[in-house]
Amino acid sequence: MPSLYQQIQAGKLWDFHGGVHPPTRKAQTAQKPIAVLPLPDRLYIPLRQHIGVAGNVLVSIGQRVLKGQALTSADNSMAVPVHAPTSGTIVTVGDHTSAHPSALPENTITLAPDGLDEWREQYPLNLATSDNSSLLERIQLSGIAGMGGAGFPAHLKAGLTQPVDYLIINAVECEPYISADDALIQEGAITIVKGIDILCKLLSPKAVLIGIEDDKPAASAALKAACSQREHYYVRDLPTKYPSGGEKQLIQLLTNKEVPAGRRPIDIGIVMLNVGTAFAIAQAVLDDHPLLSRVVTVTGETLSQPQNVLALIGTPVSDLLNFCGYQHKQPYKVIMGGPMMGFTLPDLTVPITKTTNCILAPSKHELPPAAEEQDCIRCSACADVCPASLLPQQLLWYSKAKDPVKLDEYNLFDCIECGACAYVCPSEIPLVQYYRVAKAEIREQQRESVKAEQAKARFEARNARLEREKQQRMARNQRLAQAREQAQQTGSNSNAVAEALARIKAKQTEQNSVPADREQVLAERAAKKQQARAYQAEKAASEPHAESEPAPVAQDEARQEQPAADEPASAKSAAVAAAIARAKARKAAQLQAEQQDKVVEAEQTKQPEATEPASEQATTDPRKAAIAAAIARAKAKKQADSEKP
Amino acid sequence: MSFKITSSPHNRISRSTSEIMLLVVVACIPGIVVQAMLFGYGVLVQLLLAIATAWLAEAMVMRLRNKAALIRLKDNSALLTAVLLAIAIPPYAPWWLIVIGTLFAIVIVKQLYGGLGNNLFNPAMAAYVMLLIAYPLQMTQWLPSVSLQPESLNLFDAVCAVFTQYSCSGFSISQLQTGIDGVSMATPLDTIRTDLAAGKTLTESLQQPIFYGIAGAGWLWVNLAYLAGGLALIKLRVIGWRIPVAVLGSLFAISLLSWLAAADTNPSPLLQLFSGATMLAAFFIATDPVSASTTNKGRIVYGVFIGLMIFIIRKYGGYPDGVAFAVLLANMAVPLIDYYTRPRTYGHKAKGAGK
Ligand code: SF4
Ligand code: SF4
Repeated sequence: MPSLYQQIQAGKLWDFHGGVHPPTRKAQTAQKPIAVLPLPDRLYIPLRQHIGVAGNVLVSIGQRVLKGQALTSADNSMAVPVHAPTSGTIVTVGDHTSAHPSALPENTITLAPDGLDEWREQYPLNLATSDNSSLLERIQLSGIAGMGGAGFPAHLKAGLTQPVDYLIINAVECEPYISADDALIQEGAITIVKGIDILCKLLSPKAVLIGIEDDKPAASAALKAACSQREHYYVRDLPTKYPSGGEKQLIQLLTNKEVPAGRRPIDIGIVMLNVGTAFAIAQAVLDDHPLLSRVVTVTGETLSQPQNVLALIGTPVSDLLNFCGYQHKQPYKVIMGGPMMGFTLPDLTVPITKTTNCILAPSKHELPPAAEEQDCIRCSACADVCPASLLPQQLLWYSKAKDPVKLDEYNLFDCIECGACAYVCPSEIPLVQYYRVAKAEIREQQRESVKAEQAKARFEARNARLEREKQQRMARNQRLAQAREQAQQTGSNSNAVAEALARIKAKQTEQNSVPADREQVLAERAAKKQQARAYQAEKAASEPHAESEPAPVAQDEARQEQPAADEPASAKSAAVAAAIARAKARKAAQLQAEQQDKVVEAEQTKQPEATEPASEQATTDPRKAAIAAAIARAKAKKQADSEKP
Repeated sequence: MSFKITSSPHNRISRSTSEIMLLVVVACIPGIVVQAMLFGYGVLVQLLLAIATAWLAEAMVMRLRNKAALIRLKDNSALLTAVLLAIAIPPYAPWWLIVIGTLFAIVIVKQLYGGLGNNLFNPAMAAYVMLLIAYPLQMTQWLPSVSLQPESLNLFDAVCAVFTQYSCSGFSISQLQTGIDGVSMATPLDTIRTDLAAGKTLTESLQQPIFYGIAGAGWLWVNLAYLAGGLALIKLRVIGWRIPVAVLGSLFAISLLSWLAAADTNPSPLLQLFSGATMLAAFFIATDPVSASTTNKGRIVYGVFIGLMIFIIRKYGGYPDGVAFAVLLANMAVPLIDYYTRPRTYGHKAKGAGK
């Protein structure tokens, strides 16, 4: 039995369950050269075009920017910047209709091109002499996010440190109509392979598998020619079937492996990037040409010249359509993306983003509007085509019944929303829509229960803290009592009692009749307080990240040590004790801060690698952060506790 | 300019539920024609009655449930139920029998369960069983094939017979049911069971004129016609192959075994396959998507279950054919079958029941 690697080398392909064969309709665009779109009047550049967080805006209204200049900064690992696609002036920074199914307004920079197309200075890197971190930094700063549609920041995938067996380059492009990757490969296969070289340097995989559907012979031949000098690069022609370009499906096709539920491809030694991303990486590294434009298929029967165009990021959809001869007698619908997974646009001012691969303006006859939904007849046509081997009819049933337990049991969250089920459903049930709603509702519920849990955790933490403080007070009192006893015992035993009495008397008289002494005590106390305050300030300054929780702990200790100063006889020892306590508190706080940083860091590195859809990412982030903070707090507290004697 | 937002996918395969149902009805036509030729035109009258009743009933219930009637009628599911019931009952059964049966199928079995897709039982078969229990006499009034009928009935006779139980020339159904030799004849399967119960051997039983041919006069042809229609449905991918193959395969296997073990008391596998409603059941009734299992493995289990039950009920039951009971019993087992035959989801390890 040959090993998996040998089988892969021998060119063996596997299959995935289900799949459909919708008419591909790619011929009308795939064979034409990529046209370059003229400069539009305005560019609308959304700040966030990837999965993750938006960078901070670096430019101000009225400022002139050069082509390739970063408009936002990437100040954390989940951010990638956006750039000025051409030189011009910043007009506004504000809301604009987003290129997202929700069509919600999104923070967007509007740029008025000046027509000069003037570049900033460029610093190409030499692959042979650059180290990995500078390559990764370049990829991040060039704003590269997965161009196949998901928009996952490329530097996070390229920077994975786990061992990689297979680097898979996704050139499948299984959605009907879309031929953007096809055209890009035909014209830029050499650059793509250079991009793959860079990825290989970063990831050192055993082999590179390039998957492409067999309905793109020209592109496949171009890739094979470009890879001919590379020993472990394998171009694999896959039978045309939707959705073989899905991440999990392609992995199954090429390696017969399945990504375990809830895990990521890297967990089985696989990293997958899109060809467009590889192309962009090569441009960024070797030419210092950040991600400013992309190939977009503009197609549909309402266009007189359907074709692939090279469009600047931020170009409004209307510019692309008009360039391709858009004739609308009565406006029907315009889809961003393909017919299977794309979304309809609310209007045509929506800009092209880094992930836009297709603008589809079909005629009514071409993609007829959905007929009235009929009852599910349980024919299981949907189950037969589901690439995730789900039972869509059962999911439909439980989605309608709003039964989250059953939905979970039937693995709703393994649905990749490919639309194959709805495509074949004879009753024309918009199944995917039902699943989206059900998923959103479940996420909402989860968010709420997390909130409740957090509140509970906070309450319990508070109770625990109060209890702890009480214990500490008691322990301290005991300690002091013991110390007094010891002092008494070490003193001359015979007149211990008399002495004690004398001391008490002396104290009474001190308090009543010796204001000078009292002043001294007060001054001392004030000085101590000041010390504590200064320390607090210092600590706060040194720990900008720390939550507000640690401070009270330190404060408590300082405060608790202070009463010791009330006893003038032990003023000195009290001061020493206070100093010790301070040191301890500081150490605890430091540990706490360190630990917190660690946890937060861990969370942060974990987040970016998750390969869930954008919406999910976005919605879970604050939650995860909150959980992380809670965990960190709890841990820090525990640590602080154990630090105390 | 603004557009209406619609949900992906934006394209769909063109075959609709209405077409699927209609294709199934169309595939019944060869069988119906053969049935009409060999057993008289009564079946056509029953068909008309059943379809009219089904449409009226469906429309009425939709009115009551405040739902659009037309789109529901257009799905053709009521039509299919009516057709299946009409060809399953004796062709000269009185008119009210089919009306009651169809009403029961549509209103009680289908709509009271929540309408198309929600019914646990196959409506046609549930109605058939109800009629069989409530009106055993009328439900067993099968005439022998035309060649054995003393009087040949034309279309008018058929109408008269269904509505009045007398042919235009005044013969009663029971008279018609009596063969040329004066012996009352039921269906071949019925005859075998009665004879075996009376102590005759199978060979003796098969001497009778009703067993002309392999599976009883006429029945072979009817079954062949349904087989042809069913194969066409598989070819057109209207139905899957799993259920029919499982039903016929299991029925064949067990009857072969029993026949080899005791040929004198067990009908041959061929007689089992081509007599009664075997083919109709395998291709048209068991494959009803609503009441059948929905998983691929489940469909095999479901089909095998039906095949075995047909055999057992034919051999030990008290009714002429076991098809309807077998299908209903299997319907009841469907939720269980489905639950234990769930496919393994991508990326998940555990199979079957739990998580
Ligand atoms: S394809 Fe449609 S009608 Fe058939 S079982 Fe699935 S959801 Fe129901
Ligand atoms: S949309 Fe979900 S349920 Fe439907 S076929 Fe795709 S993965 Fe399966």
